[in-house]
Amino acid sequence: MVYTERNTWSTLIAAAVIIPGYIVVVLQQAAGGPLTSVDWFPIMLWAIGISIAATIVLSILWGIVAGLRDPKGATTTDVRDRDIDQMGGRVEHSLLVIAGLGVIALCAVGADVFWIANAMFLGFAISTLIGSIARIIAYRRGLI
Amino acid sequence: MVKPTLVTNSIRSRREEAGITQADLAGRIGVTRQTLIAIEQGRYSPTLELAFQIARAFEVGIDDLFQYPED
Repeated sequence: MVYTERNTWSTLIAAAVIIPGYIVVVLQQAAGGPLTSVDWFPIMLWAIGISIAATIVLSILWGIVAGLRDPKGATTTDVRDRDIDQMGGRVEHSLLVIAGLGVIALCAVGADVFWIANAMFLGFAISTLIGSIARIIAYRRGLI
Repeated sequence: MVKPTLVTNSIRSRREEAGITQADLAGRIGVTRQTLIAIEQGRYSPTLELAFQIARAFEVGIDDLFQYPED
């Protein structure tokens, strides 16, 4: 597995764990009451921080293991990696546009700040998740 | 499902005839072994520049290595 594919897997694994984790914690904090009463901001900051840290730590640890097996190829990238990354980026951007439009719509209807912030947060998180999945599929199935 | 490319290539057979490993050829043309495998299996269409580099590694023309069907 090449360097950028490992990093993509690290991002995917972190996002796949953190997104449900965030939703579960917010629902627990609400305890059956209205979600808008939850103090969501610290939970969101923790989720973002843990996600970034987990991705970095996972990439480093995986890189060390890969480096032990193949010292030369552990951090090598090439034109195919760049092509796949650009394709994944396009998928992410399209989803971010949808999230941004959703945020504008929520603002237009005067939605609670909880829904506005969480729509954008989930937009970032889901675009990262889907973009990573698109990259992994391109690595595994091909990019023509 | 990824749409398969119509471009085919004879890199693998040329490489095996020449007794060159995937790692060696990948090193010569400056890509990872995984990328060379993807090209050989038709899962990645190389850039024109990369196609020229591969052809040059075998000292053949690009048409000798890559084929595109007639209409």
